[in-house]
Amino acid sequence: MSDTIRGVLPAQQRELPDPSLREVVFDVDDLGVSYNGKPALKDVNLEIYRNFVTAFIGPSGCGKSTFIRCFNHMNALIPGAKIHGTIHYHGADLYGHEVDPVEVRKRIGMVFQKPNPFPKSIYDNAAFGPRVLGMTDDLDGRVERALEQAALWDEVKDRLKASALSLSGGQQQRLCIARCLAVEPEVILMDEPASALDPIATTRIEDLMHELKNDYTIVVVTHNMQQAARVADMTAFFSVERGEEGQRTGILVEYDATPKIFTQPSDQRTEDYVTGRFG
Amino acid sequence: MSVTSLRTERPRGRVSSGLFKAFLLFSMGVGILTLGALLVTVVAKGYKYLDLVLLLEPPSADPQIAGARPAILATIYLGLLLIAFTVPIGVGTALYLEEYADRDRWYNRMLEVNIQNLAAVPSIVYGILGLAFLVRGLGLGRVLLAGAMILTLLVLPTVIIAAREAIRAVPDSIRQGAYALGATQWQVVWRQVLPAATPGIATGSILALSRGLGETAPLLLVGALTYVAFDPTILGDFTALPVQIYQWVGRPQEDFRILAASGIIVLLLILLTLNAFAIWLRNRYQRKW
Repeated sequence: MSDTIRGVLPAQQRELPDPSLREVVFDVDDLGVSYNGKPALKDVNLEIYRNFVTAFIGPSGCGKSTFIRCFNHMNALIPGAKIHGTIHYHGADLYGHEVDPVEVRKRIGMVFQKPNPFPKSIYDNAAFGPRVLGMTDDLDGRVERALEQAALWDEVKDRLKASALSLSGGQQQRLCIARCLAVEPEVILMDEPASALDPIATTRIEDLMHELKNDYTIVVVTHNMQQAARVADMTAFFSVERGEEGQRTGILVEYDATPKIFTQPSDQRTEDYVTGRFG
Repeated sequence: MSVTSLRTERPRGRVSSGLFKAFLLFSMGVGILTLGALLVTVVAKGYKYLDLVLLLEPPSADPQIAGARPAILATIYLGLLLIAFTVPIGVGTALYLEEYADRDRWYNRMLEVNIQNLAAVPSIVYGILGLAFLVRGLGLGRVLLAGAMILTLLVLPTVIIAAREAIRAVPDSIRQGAYALGATQWQVVWRQVLPAATPGIATGSILALSRGLGETAPLLLVGALTYVAFDPTILGDFTALPVQIYQWVGRPQEDFRILAASGIIVLLLILLTLNAFAIWLRNRYQRKW
């Protein structure tokens, strides 16, 4: 897929990813999450492939954000959250007894919905990860590379000591991406990374995702179906199932190559959603 | 919609809002006028002895040459010890309650309720505790250190509450961002939460300090002497500026009352300087998230 024509091509004209090139990074088995005993997400089974952009789409409350937070143990920070089922990361159980969340988060970075730069200088933001992880050899070079990869270097190289809060929203979000890249993770999780940004800033983030997927595996939650169609190789559609007592639980409806999800979904609910009849 | 319909048709609403505004102005007036009247009378009375003799000389039976040097020095020592004791313990407690404690545990909830209640205990009660526990029980004696310790207990709840507010004001997104980069809880607290909360903690601590330095009752109970003619030491007899003022006010001679007014001006200046510093600190480091 060529970068220059990406975005103007309708989804159905894009190539399908070659199945033989897929390398499984995450293997999710019967995963469920509950908060204080109330299920928020259940029965998720899917595989996430290396150097792919995988998008999670679905209506509010379908558990897609809850799901993405399972990959780097962020749900562990929420009191009352409980995870069932398994996620294997390169064959190792991500929730095994001896797994250290710190070690997991070092390899699996995350970018949040609202840009959340630390109230420190631009440099200190990008250097925070390497510093806490003790990767302080050639810190300047590491910071520069991360900012370059996040397409921010040219805009900030003359004011690295300036407060990160002086940047625009889009720049702040790219700084958060740079901060995450500085520790050289393998996977980048993005939880609606562009939802607080204007269209131009959004385009830059999407361009970035295309660049980054050569080196990283990207998982992105998005509200915006067009965004999923533009950036993702694989798309998972989540929906809400109402239980007998009216409780809402997120379920995975369909997971397939993005063009297929958007043009020939095999589930009626997916079709209703992507054609705008629901959600 | 016609323009006329935008006019208020409820004159009663206007009257009650006017009355409320008048009440608010009155309330503010009471506060400002009282403070103003106090300041004016004190300054009018006390300016006469407000000189270097007051600052540099020890007390004396002759009001002409009497000063408050030991009391001022002791107040400064008390202030320094107070900061040294309260800030680490107060910030530590606040960090524990905000960042580490599990709210579902009964002992943590009890701790919280206790701290809230302690903030409302009258200072004389702390004085009695100081006398029974520090001076007699621990056998410290009637020394400056005991006074500093009892003032520490007195202002600790205030510092803890202020520090907790400051820590709570640090947005969770900052913590999450740091955790997501592989930081441990210790690193998140030390490198993100604490630096971000420092201005708030500093402001709260300074305000608590100025409250502690204005206290008289607990110091009297732990044995601040009313007449100390030599410079204080940490493990020696001591007095403090409020205590010195209290003593002068009790004297029958009119000159000592004037001296007391002068002492009040000095104490007020110390406290106002501390408060101004706290306000400056707050404005200087105010953050937008």
